[in-house]
Amino acid sequence: MQLSKTMISMFAALLLVAGIARAEEKIVKIDGSSTVYPITEAVAEEFQTAKRGAIRVTVGISGTGGGFKKFCRGEIDLTGASRPILKKEMDACREAGIQYVELPVAYDALTVVVNPKNDWLKSITVDELKKIWEPGAQQNVTKWNQVNPAWPDQALKLFGPGADSGTFDYFTEAVVGKAKSSRGDYTASEDDNVLVKGVTMDKGALGYFGYAYYAENSQKLRAVPVVPAAGKPAVAPSPETVKNGSYQPLSRPVFIYVNAKSLDKPEVREFVDFYLNQAPQLVAAVKYVALPEQAYQLAKEHVAKKKLGTGFGGESEVGVSVEELLQREGKL
Amino acid sequence: MTPAPTADLRKLIARHRLWERVFTIVGLIALLIGLLVLLGLFTQLAVTGAPRLTPEFFTSFPSRIAEKAGILSAWVGSLLVMLVTACSAIPLGVAAGVYLEEYAPKNWLTAIIEINVMNLAGVPSIIYGLLALGLFVYQFGFGQSILSAGLTLALLILPIVIVATREALRAVPGIIREAAYALGATRWQMVSHHVVPYSAGGILTGVIIGLSRAIGETAPIITIGALTFIAFLPTPPVTGEFPFLSFQWLKDPFTVLPIQMFNWTSRPEEAFQLNAAAAGVVLLVMTLAMNALAIWLRYRIRRKIKW
Repeated sequence: MQLSKTMISMFAALLLVAGIARAEEKIVKIDGSSTVYPITEAVAEEFQTAKRGAIRVTVGISGTGGGFKKFCRGEIDLTGASRPILKKEMDACREAGIQYVELPVAYDALTVVVNPKNDWLKSITVDELKKIWEPGAQQNVTKWNQVNPAWPDQALKLFGPGADSGTFDYFTEAVVGKAKSSRGDYTASEDDNVLVKGVTMDKGALGYFGYAYYAENSQKLRAVPVVPAAGKPAVAPSPETVKNGSYQPLSRPVFIYVNAKSLDKPEVREFVDFYLNQAPQLVAAVKYVALPEQAYQLAKEHVAKKKLGTGFGGESEVGVSVEELLQREGKL
Repeated sequence: MTPAPTADLRKLIARHRLWERVFTIVGLIALLIGLLVLLGLFTQLAVTGAPRLTPEFFTSFPSRIAEKAGILSAWVGSLLVMLVTACSAIPLGVAAGVYLEEYAPKNWLTAIIEINVMNLAGVPSIIYGLLALGLFVYQFGFGQSILSAGLTLALLILPIVIVATREALRAVPGIIREAAYALGATRWQMVSHHVVPYSAGGILTGVIIGLSRAIGETAPIITIGALTFIAFLPTPPVTGEFPFLSFQWLKDPFTVLPIQMFNWTSRPEEAFQLNAAAAGVVLLVMTLAMNALAIWLRYRIRRKIKW
C-alpha cells in the first residue's frame, strides 16, 4: 500500500518533468511601443494566418522604454520603438552583449487638433506651438489671445500624451527644442481616446497625438496645418505630405529593432522578411504612412547583410529622412 | 392624573416612528444606489456589446479588424490562470487557516501573524505584481507564463482565503470539538472528520470570492508581463503520445480578459469599443456565475449538516 503510493507519486513527478522538459516551440517574441503595436499586430496576425500556426508570435505593449529594457536583457526577439534607441539603452545592450538591426517600418505624423467649432485657427506656426507648450507657459499662457493677439479671448485647454510616451518625447523635441521639456498643466493621458474626447468636448481645446487617432475621428476633430518656418506655407498632415517630406517637423519614422542573434533563427528571419514585404499594405491599413518603396528595399538588404547598430548617435533627431538614415554607418 | 404625559408619550412615539421611517428610506436609497449603478452599467455594456456576442466571438483570436476579433485566447488564458490560482491558493490558504485556528498556540507570535494576514488582504495588487516579477519571473525562472500569473494571483487572494477559512472554522460550535475529543479522536481526526466538513460551505464561499477578485485583476498580471496580442492557445494538457500528459501549458505565454478589454478600449476605431463592451459582459457574467456557484454550494452544504 505504502509502496504503491510512493510509486504513484514518483510516476507523477516523472510526468511533470517530462512535460516541462519538452522541446521549445517555434516562437517569435515581440514587445515595445504602443505606437508601433498596431502595425506589428497586423503583421503578426497575417503571418500566423499565412503559416497556419506553425510559428507562434506574441506581441506585448511595454512602451518604447520598457521594450528596450526587455530587449537588452535578451528576453525578446524584436522590439517596437517610436523613437531611436537612446545612449543608456545602447550601453545596456552592449553590456549584455546584445547586438541589433535597426529597421524603420513606417512614418507617424503627430497631429495638432482642435475642436471643429474653433473658427479662428486656420494654421499654426511652430513658434506658436512652442509658446503654448514650453515649460515657461505653465500658469502664464492660459488664453488663446496670449499666444497670438488675433485670436479670441478664450480659455486654452490643452490635451496631450503623458511623459512616458515616445510621442511626448518627439513632440517636445521638435517643438520646444528639448526632449521631455513641456509645461505640466495640461490633461495628460496615455489613452489617446481620452484626448480625443477632451478635444471634442471643449471649443477652446488644443491637443496632439498620432495621426491614426485623428484619421479615425476626423469628423469630430479638425487637424491644424502646421507652418514649419516663417515664410513657408502651412502644411496639413496627410499620407502625401508625410511621404514627400513637407509635413515637418512633426512627422517621424517608427522602428523595429531585431536582436541579431535571433535573426539567425529561421522563424525570426522569416517574420522580419514578412514584416518588410507586407508593411506597405498593412501600414496603410492601420492608418499609418508607409515609407517609400526604396526604403523597404534598403531595410531588406540590411536584414540580409545583418547591418548592425543604430543610425542615430543615441539621441533623437528631428526631420531626418529615412533613406539618409539607412545609408548611415551603424553604431552599437 | 393629568392627560399631559400620555400626549407627550404619543409625541415621543410618533417622533421615533418618524425616525424609523426616515432610516428605512435612507437605507433603501443607499441599497438602490449601489444596485442601480451596477445594473445601469451592466445594461449599458450588454446593450453596446450585444451585437458582438456571437459564438464566433468566443472562438476567434484577436484581430486588427474589430468584426473578426474574438476573445478565444483571452478566456482560455483567464481560465487556466484561475486553475493555477485555485490549485495553489486553496490548499495553502485552507491549511494555513486551519493551523492558525485549530493548532497554533495562542501567543504573541501567532497574534502578530494574524494581524499581518489581515493587513495583507489590504495590500494594493500592484505590490504583489512587483514581488512576483522579481520572485517568480526572474528568481525562479518561470518566465512570463501562466504559472507565474497563477501563483501571483494565488498570493493575492491567499489572505482572503485564510481569513474566510478562520471565520468559517470559528462558526463551528466548540462542543463539536469537545465531543470528538471525548470519543477519543486525535486533533487531526477532529479537524478532518468534523470541523472542516462542517465549515466547508463558508470556506468555499471565501475561496470563490477570492477567485472572483482574482479574475478581474489587471495590474499584477501586466506587471509580470502578460501579452496583448496572442493568436494561439497554450499547449493542450493531454497529448497523443507518451506520457499523454503535458505541463508545457504552465510555461506558455498568455493573455487574460481584462487585458484584452483594456487594449480594445484604447483603440482609435470606434468598432473596438463594442468588442470591449462584449468582453466586459463576458467577464461580469463569469464573476457573477462564480458568486452564484458560491451561494449554491453554501446552501447545499449547509442543508446537509445536522447538529
